[in-house]
Amino acid sequence: MADFVIHAPPSLAANTAGIHSPNPFWLASAPPTNCGEQVMRAFDAGWGGAVWKTIGEPIVNVSSRYSSIDWNGQRMMGLNNIELISDRPIEVNLREIAEVKKLYPKHAVIASLMVESKRESWHTIVKQSEDAGADGLELNFGCPHGMSERGMGSAVGQVPEYAEMITSWVKEVARTPVLVKLTPNISDIRAVARAAKRGGADGLSAINTINSITGIDLDTFVPRPNVDGASSHGGYCGPAVKPIALNMVQQVMSDLGSALPLSGIGGIATWRDAAEFFLLGCTSVQVCTAAMHFGYRIVEDLIDGLENWMREKGFSSLEEFRGLSLPRVTEWKHLNLNYKIVARIHEDKCIGCDLCYTACWDGAHQCIHLDRVSGPVDGHVEVHAKPAQIEAANRAAITVTPIPKLDRGNASDHGPYATPLARIPRVDETECVGCNLCSLVCPVEGCITMEQIDLGLPPQSWEQRAAAQATVAVTNAGGD
Amino acid sequence: MHEAFHPNPEIARRFEELHPAFAPQAAVVEANRCLNCFDAPCTAACPTHIDVPRFIKKIASGNLRGSAATILDANILGASCSRVCPVAVLCEGACVMHRYNEQPIEIGRLQRHAMEDFYKSGATLARKSSEERIEKIACIGAGPASLACAAELRLRGFQVTVFDRQPLPGGLNTYGVAEYKLRAVDSVREVEFIGSLGVVFEVREIGTAGDIALLEREFDMIFIGVGLGAMRRLGIPGDDHPAVVDALKFIASYKTGEAISVGSKVVVVGAGNTAIDAANAAKRLGADEVHILYRRDEESISAFGFEYDHAKQEGVRFHWRTVPIAVHREGQKLSSVECAVVDAGVDGELRVISDSSFHLQCDLLIPAIGQSALLETLSQFRDLQLESGRVVIDRATGQTTNPKYFAGGDCVNGGREVVDAVADGKRAALGIAAVLASVEAMYG
Repeated sequence: MADFVIHAPPSLAANTAGIHSPNPFWLASAPPTNCGEQVMRAFDAGWGGAVWKTIGEPIVNVSSRYSSIDWNGQRMMGLNNIELISDRPIEVNLREIAEVKKLYPKHAVIASLMVESKRESWHTIVKQSEDAGADGLELNFGCPHGMSERGMGSAVGQVPEYAEMITSWVKEVARTPVLVKLTPNISDIRAVARAAKRGGADGLSAINTINSITGIDLDTFVPRPNVDGASSHGGYCGPAVKPIALNMVQQVMSDLGSALPLSGIGGIATWRDAAEFFLLGCTSVQVCTAAMHFGYRIVEDLIDGLENWMREKGFSSLEEFRGLSLPRVTEWKHLNLNYKIVARIHEDKCIGCDLCYTACWDGAHQCIHLDRVSGPVDGHVEVHAKPAQIEAANRAAITVTPIPKLDRGNASDHGPYATPLARIPRVDETECVGCNLCSLVCPVEGCITMEQIDLGLPPQSWEQRAAAQATVAVTNAGGD
Repeated sequence: MHEAFHPNPEIARRFEELHPAFAPQAAVVEANRCLNCFDAPCTAACPTHIDVPRFIKKIASGNLRGSAATILDANILGASCSRVCPVAVLCEGACVMHRYNEQPIEIGRLQRHAMEDFYKSGATLARKSSEERIEKIACIGAGPASLACAAELRLRGFQVTVFDRQPLPGGLNTYGVAEYKLRAVDSVREVEFIGSLGVVFEVREIGTAGDIALLEREFDMIFIGVGLGAMRRLGIPGDDHPAVVDALKFIASYKTGEAISVGSKVVVVGAGNTAIDAANAAKRLGADEVHILYRRDEESISAFGFEYDHAKQEGVRFHWRTVPIAVHREGQKLSSVECAVVDAGVDGELRVISDSSFHLQCDLLIPAIGQSALLETLSQFRDLQLESGRVVIDRATGQTTNPKYFAGGDCVNGGREVVDAVADGKRAALGIAAVLASVEAMYG
């Protein structure tokens, strides 16, 4: 008899610098949080929080506003926008925040703010937002287009002194937690994170969008998005930016002068993406592009997938795994030089596309070969046919359409696997540097695995090796 | 030059395409699915070795002109091959996707997509050599083998004339392929394109020793792409009735817009690909019942599996181990085919089982039991060695036992696919070019 133990579902309750939400999934300050009607529908769909589309003196937008990068038939791998902050009057936004908070008291509503760099202006907007019922404030120091030309957005976020000054003005009056949203368009994101911390910020959000030109129309020569024959750089987001965001999140969270509760942003589309941000220390995540692409409904699998993964791993709360990967990121000089892996190709799974072969020859270290049938020229230095010779041989072959009755397959060279042996590559493990490239290009799960080879040597980093060599050099010098 | 072809709209209506064209975006989605294999098995499986991943990835990148050029570089009949090739046993059969998510890339339809764009845009093909050569080559027969040979030589600057006795060019591509695969009008368009490259077409029968002697005087090299001869007759009592029409004649007549009426009941004899084309056509032309008689069992048929499946879908009924033994008429009209069941003895010989005969009502009887070799014509060429009615060649160059003659296509391989004929023709063209180059090198 199996024992059935009923576990309580893992708790997704989140707390970012004192901003509480039923789950860590917030909508980022963007078109999906433009008005109260939208935010209420988002909460109904399951979102735990919403950062309101940035409130400030209303602006006028252009059309068009978005452009995107498609890849290999998939739409919107990356999205770019030149839309500005809210184009609606401050009072309207504040009134709708109050309405939402009245109906959804347990959900987090964060007011994203951007006003001119004057102390009174900031004091006013902070008080107004909190009076409306906002659970927290997010200072938009990140918008990279349009607003920055007017001395706001990333024009503030790129100058640590300005960021610190405005943060401190806000903190003079704020009663709710204050998050500073960081721009990635700066050489070291920690400079502004530290400034925000010095200014008294309770938390951070990162990253805002990345300066971009997504592409150019090859008929008109006008970059996209096209506004009457011209364009302007925009802010890039979507799945393409996730690796950049993860790196910046790690930089901030590993830096004592920067680290604060962090709401992670940048290309989050699935629960897997979100889990990665939590593992690097985030307390909540914000989503925009995926919701713009597929609608609010995506939150269902964000929650469901994360819960199932937490059950599988035995985590009952976010705090139990938050930041677990941070100690696993180190400087290159501390990595173990005596760790060796090599590629193994599992013949029974190989479909014979031979992408690993061409990748290894052209993009790596020429140690994958297609000579199982022709036979390797073994020895101290192996001699192999080059890719062009292999192709030329097959193209010179005379091939005819097999007629069922006349040409029953000649299976002599086929070998024991589903794929003919001649098309299953093999790895020369003595030459393999363990770079991973073959396993990255292989389309079949589990077909190429990277296996550890025991070199019988203790771990040694480059730093240690360099130090040891220096010692040897000194000893030798002393011996002269 | 050949006469203009005017397709019959009724035929177009009845022979809806089996594999319709991709919409442009659907083609890109499919093209993106291709893994872009190294030394791709699809390319190796294609007798003309079209660089399949290369032309597919050009569709994905929006370079349709380059895609078509890639196809045509390997196979000048890329358009018709995209429709008539048995892709399931060629490129698509070799696709690694069978072992991945089990859905091979639709290479044939993608190739068609690129080729349709090529013909629609009116683009031209770059010559492989800018040099204009004085040597003259004659190609006998205007079917796929000759067309491929002629185009390849012309693209290299040679002077080429194609001779054929039929009013329309293209050989079996025009007259012998089921209309739902390749329309005659598309075959003719493809030949016109080859004409636009500078290949000259003449409607002239080359059959006698005198015809051949004339050609030998005028041309430096001669390519024989005459195909096969007439279809074999049943050789049973009553098979001279006008409603006994062999499959190739039947297919040619409906494709050129004649003889659309097939009556209510049609019997086809044989179970090869041509038999199936004829049976399916009879269905589409309005027959209520179409029967196929085959002397052996289901597993022995020479038709491809997908062709057999197609016939079953069209409602064709198969009678195994059954042979026709007599054709009966009522007055002038064909009335029935008398059939008998046979059994294979231990020696493999088929014997009629006594008292097994039965009658199938029949308005049209279509024998499809293979073509005989064009022995009469082939025997006119000097020093040309034949083996079982097939011209003997050097496989790599297409050269026959008479060094002035090259050959390819059905007259060499006994009847295979269009793409095999194209590959033969191209190899022969390269063989001819090599011989002429060595002659030039020797005598300047």
